[in-house]
This record gives sequence, C-alpha cells and structure tokens, in this order.
Amino acid sequence: MQLIECPWCGPREETEFHYGGQAHIAYPETPSELTDTEWAQYIFFRANPKGLFAERWSHSGGCRRWFNAVRDTRTYTFLATYRSGEPQPEVQS
Amino acid sequence: MTSATPPGAHLPEHGDFLWRNPEPKKSYDVVIVGGGGHGLATAHYLAKNHGITNVAVLEKGWLAGGNMARNTTLIRSNYLWDESAAIYEHSLKLWEGLEDDLGYPILFSQRGVLNLAHTEQDVRDSVRRVEANKLNGVDAEWLTPDEVAKICPIVNVSGDIRYPVQGATYQPRAGIAKHDWVAWGFARKADEAGIDLIQDCEVTGFVTDGDTVTGVCTTRGDIACGTVALCAAGHTSVLLDMLGVPAPLSSHPLQALVSELLEPVHPTIVMSNQVHVYVSQAHKGELVMGAGVDSYNGYGQRGAFHIIERQMAAAVELFPVFARAHLLRTWAGIVDTTPDASPIVGHTPYRNVYVNSGWGTGGFKATPGIGWCLADTVAHGRPHEYVAPFALDRFVTGALVDEHGAAAVAH
Repeated sequence: MQLIECPWCGPREETEFHYGGQAHIAYPETPSELTDTEWAQYIFFRANPKGLFAERWSHSGGCRRWFNAVRDTRTYTFLATYRSGEPQPEVQS
Repeated sequence: MTSATPPGAHLPEHGDFLWRNPEPKKSYDVVIVGGGGHGLATAHYLAKNHGITNVAVLEKGWLAGGNMARNTTLIRSNYLWDESAAIYEHSLKLWEGLEDDLGYPILFSQRGVLNLAHTEQDVRDSVRRVEANKLNGVDAEWLTPDEVAKICPIVNVSGDIRYPVQGATYQPRAGIAKHDWVAWGFARKADEAGIDLIQDCEVTGFVTDGDTVTGVCTTRGDIACGTVALCAAGHTSVLLDMLGVPAPLSSHPLQALVSELLEPVHPTIVMSNQVHVYVSQAHKGELVMGAGVDSYNGYGQRGAFHIIERQMAAAVELFPVFARAHLLRTWAGIVDTTPDASPIVGHTPYRNVYVNSGWGTGGFKATPGIGWCLADTVAHGRPHEYVAPFALDRFVTGALVDEHGAAAVAH
C-alpha cells in the first residue's frame, strides 16, 4: 500500500482515498448550445494515457476534500498532489 | 563424475512447435494488432469462414501473454440485455464445439455458474435477469438458498454472515476452460492456414492517407495493410491515440489470485457482486479467485494489495472452508472498461480500421464469439449484426447497453 500526500492532511494510507478520474474537466460554459457529440465528449470521453495523468482524488476517509494529483499510470507513482483550483504543476516522470 | 553424459541428456526432445515464427512480410491484406485470444480467434475465423489467409497477427510480447494468460477463465452468457445475450450466447455455443473445431484440447468444463444475491435489490435484479435470459434462449434458473447449497455445499447459506445468501441465478451451461490451450489451439489453426503470427513486434505508429491507414509501423519494420483490426485490449487507447481517435476507454489493473493445489472441493463457479468475489477451482486444483478492478487508471499489470485482502475476506466469509487455504500467487492484467460496461466494436473514423475493445473484465468468455463476428466484419466491411449495437457512436446517440449488473463483480 502506498502513501498519498493529501494537500491538507499530509501523507495518509491509500485506503483512505477514493479515485475520481481525469482532472480539469470544466462544465460547459454554454450547455444549451452543445451538440450531441460535444455532450458525449463532456460526459463520457476521458483521456487514458500510458504515462503522466492529472486526476482527481478524494480524501474520503480523512478530511473528505477533493484534490488533484499527477500520477504515472505505468508505475502508479504519485509525482505531485495539489489543491483544486491550482494549476497542474510541471513534473517529470 | 564417471559418465560423460551431460546433465539433461536423458530428457525427451522438444515437442513439435505449434506455430512457425515467421519474419514479417512487406504487406498483408489484413493486419490484426494484438496476439491475444481475440486477435488469434479473429485470425482463425478469417481463414476458416472467409478464406482470408494473407493475414498477420502482430504481438508486442509473446502470443497470448497479456490478459489471455491472466484471466480467471469464466465462460457464461447470462447478460441482461438482448444485444449482450446475442453475442455472449453466440460465443458460448461456439465454446461448446470449439475443441472439435480446433482439433485441440481446451478442457472446457460446463460446471455452471451461481450468481449470488444478498439483498432485496439483488434478488429483484437477479430474477429479472433470469427472465430476460429465458426470453433470449439463455439457460437460467432462480435458486433458493437451499438449492444453492445442493449445487455448491461449501457456500455458507446460513443467516449468520454479514450479507446472508438470499438466492442465486444459475446458468448450468456456464463453465471454465484452459485459457492457454485455447490460445494455442487458435494459434495452431491460424498458423496451419498460412497466417503469420509475429511476436516481439510492437506497433509504434500508423501510415495514413486521408481516412485510410495504408501501413503499420512496428519495431520490426513497416508493414503495408489492406485492413486493420485492433485487438489490443488494455492498450487500445495507446493505439487509438496514435490515430488521433478518442474513445471512452479507461485501462485498469484487474487482479486475480490462486491458492495452492487442493482436493476437489468446489464443483461450480460462484460469483457475488455484493460480497465482491468470484471463485472456481481449476482442473489442477487451485482455487482461482478474482474481484473488482483497482479503481485508478493503470497500465502496470499489478495492483494494490488491499484489493487482494478485501477479496480474500469476502471469499472466507462466503466459503468458511477456505480459511486454511494458502494464497500462492497473485497477478494482474490491464482491462479496458467503458462507461456502460459493454464493449466498443466496429468502425473507426478510418474506413479500413476496425476496433475491438472495451471488453473490460469479460473478454475471455467472448473469445470465439468476437473472433467470429470481427472476422465477418473485416471480410464484409460492415459490422456483423451481433457487434453493430456496440459501435463507438452509441455514446453520442445515447443507445447505451448498460451491463453493470450482469458484468457482475468486476466493474
């Protein structure tokens, strides 16, 4: 089991966290103008990279707050965690 | 040392190889990317059903070394919706004749599957699924806890566990098969037909001309192609990214494990969504168990240990007799899941590229069925009727095939 660095609580065990998928997906600014294809993109289509991935995590067994992480999907290594609203940090795998 | 005989000299000669190991040609009518179960089955049916043999199967590792070597070999067709029942039942019927078709043993054993229900909602969903199965010609029964205990005496059907067994669906024709032998059987037949199975050959890019893919770039050189069929399971997104084609796929680690060899104790297959484990006993004697995917996206072919711990706890809860069994080995494959727990098969924006993906945790059982349908799709240049409902555009039209219930434990 690995430790995940919650940006509010510090390092905690992986079992305290829940996964939330790709980060930085904004709700459409003009939802009534979206085509079916654009809605499909917003609702269903997510990146699935082999490598670095910016994604959402929830510290559900702790402070219960959401935050973002950059993780390598090949090694599962967490390279950075940061609070929601902050820009994605530049990291190297 | 009194003898000049080298160690091992008394061992028998290596048996005949089941397939050649050819150099890739410059060009093929059909290039199948991925030498797992689906790719090999597609190759076999291209030759057998359509007489198409100028075909290469490109495999980045060794044949059937990915999910085909890592799955828990469960075969069943008790899915809820008509679209799913059609393809999985087609597959099950092919399984029933596969040993004869391949001329190769696959140890297909139809020992039945019990899908346990533990809550009132489970019971309602399960009874509904049984009735839907019957309407689709899929064998299915609803069993009471006592009837469950008659079929599988080691399941704890008493009231003193956290989620007592309220009943189960039962599909008697479900079963298990020897996964490696299935792959080898398909590979041998495809090779006999003249199809080139090319290992250690990773696809690194595609040569495109407008909406046509004219060639595949590989670690063993460029190969021109007429049609491309992508059968890369967990790595499908990597290939589609090379083509710039988005798809709603997420790759996840899916773990499985075996116990040491035990006397036969478990006569059937048991799956439980609620308690979250599935168990069968392999021919050799290992208890084979799996559960859900690790929650995060991952390509690492390994998962977190707390997932294993949770599924072992579930197994011991349902099967108290397993408490003294020892865990021998755990491993993981990479499965590509979709938002509706149904596969994505058919056309891509490239006119001569077909995708076969998104089977998630259920790809093994579909092996002959999808091989048959994808070969037909490639041969005729249009989706076979059984895969047509699983087109990529369903995420735009909204015609999803929601199988989260029947896909069972793993999603």
